[in-house]
Amino acid sequence: MGLPAETRPKLARGIRLQFDAARDQWILQAPERVLVLDEIAAEVLQRCTGEADITAIIASLAAAFDAEPGEIAADVDELLTGLIEKRIIAT
Amino acid sequence: MTGMRRKPASTVSMDPAPEQLPLPARPVSQPVEPPLAALLELTHRCPLQCPYCSNPLELERVQSELSTEEWCRTISELAMLGALQVHFSGGEPTVRQDLVDLVRHARDVGFYTNLITSGAAITRQRFLALIDAGLDHVQISFQDAEPNSAVRISHVPNIQEKKLTFASWVRESGTPLTVNAVIHRQNIEHIDAMIELAVSLHANRLEVAHVQYYGWALANRAALMPSRAQLDFVTERVTEARERYRGKLVIDYVVPDYYAHQPKACMGGWGRQFLNITPSGKVLPCHAAETIPGMQFASVREQSLADIWAHGEAFQRFRGTDWMPEPCRSCDQREIDWGGCRCQALAITGNAAAADPACAKSDWHAAMQEIAATAVDAPSLPDFRYRRMGAGKH
Repeated sequence: MGLPAETRPKLARGIRLQFDAARDQWILQAPERVLVLDEIAAEVLQRCTGEADITAIIASLAAAFDAEPGEIAADVDELLTGLIEKRIIAT
Repeated sequence: MTGMRRKPASTVSMDPAPEQLPLPARPVSQPVEPPLAALLELTHRCPLQCPYCSNPLELERVQSELSTEEWCRTISELAMLGALQVHFSGGEPTVRQDLVDLVRHARDVGFYTNLITSGAAITRQRFLALIDAGLDHVQISFQDAEPNSAVRISHVPNIQEKKLTFASWVRESGTPLTVNAVIHRQNIEHIDAMIELAVSLHANRLEVAHVQYYGWALANRAALMPSRAQLDFVTERVTEARERYRGKLVIDYVVPDYYAHQPKACMGGWGRQFLNITPSGKVLPCHAAETIPGMQFASVREQSLADIWAHGEAFQRFRGTDWMPEPCRSCDQREIDWGGCRCQALAITGNAAAADPACAKSDWHAAMQEIAATAVDAPSLPDFRYRRMGAGKH
């Protein structure tokens, strides 16, 4: 696990999460890029409001998908760490 | 408009790690995927005269430019078509007095809006009006980190001062910034300073963009072509800086075609993700497509964008893989690089349907390398032929 549990991730300025009706998928609008999200990534990012910390995000996902928090934690960490490096998620 | 090849918005998968997600390939006869993004060349007017400008040699005049209403209608049509991003470009888009209205309209219909600018032709008040209208992102081009060189390349006095002032407004507004550093033989050794410039401006992203040789850059190729040693130097410096600024500055960089062995998927594939609209409303599959002889370009003044995108002769001509001759036709990369760049194939081989000579499988690959070597070995550096209205005529 890389990210501290108390991190409160949010979309960086200039990044927009939206549903792309023309292609029936969730996307992130970023500078000169469109990132296509799979179902899990879309669920994670909808919870990155700047209010919830990592622990709360994982708990919320675990409840929504009836899964063990431990199974979700690594995926969330990997996704968010990558997006922080790309300056798509701010902390 | 800078000298780089405009990349369309790319699609990436998020699972598990972000990477390129090739869209499903479809034969031409099947419904065409909607475009992801459009480059709107609002005007060809520009105070700068960069000799690598990717605008055509025959610049369109102000009298022929689309009106505010025509641009708004076009932007609405793009949204209906399913496009997600619009890039306001030119020329210098900020010389259009209606830019604020166009940005506001684009936001109103749901677009992610990007301004591609020199930053040298706008007041603080107008910039803040753009932000107020919902502008999402700004890309500023830099001619060099070294002010005197930037003046020589742009042919504008005090250009650096103007750009730095503009960049400070962008930073104060909190808007994400991309610095586009166009590099070539005459500034490439300042790469470290250009990287530091981007860091000092708090840019999120730096595009280290090698000049691509069509339009004005093709006319100035001998003055701009870097040497292999220069290329290796810049590649090494970028690799080092990427590591040093990891998480702080994203650096986009690709090896230029004349030194490459695999072609790039120009525009993400012809007529697949991207379109370009000229100041007078002509709809192009890429901004250099007008160099291809015998091609008809429909205008938004006469036809709907949906019709042009799906059926326009220019878009159908090199869409998909059916048009491909060998070595592309049987190549396992054909739906990855989509045959590379048509305009480059034309410029080097004289045939727009040939394989991109950047490809090692092209019969013209060695000839392309020879062009670079000849330019680099020339005993004297030619003067720049500056981008000016009327100067493109032979």
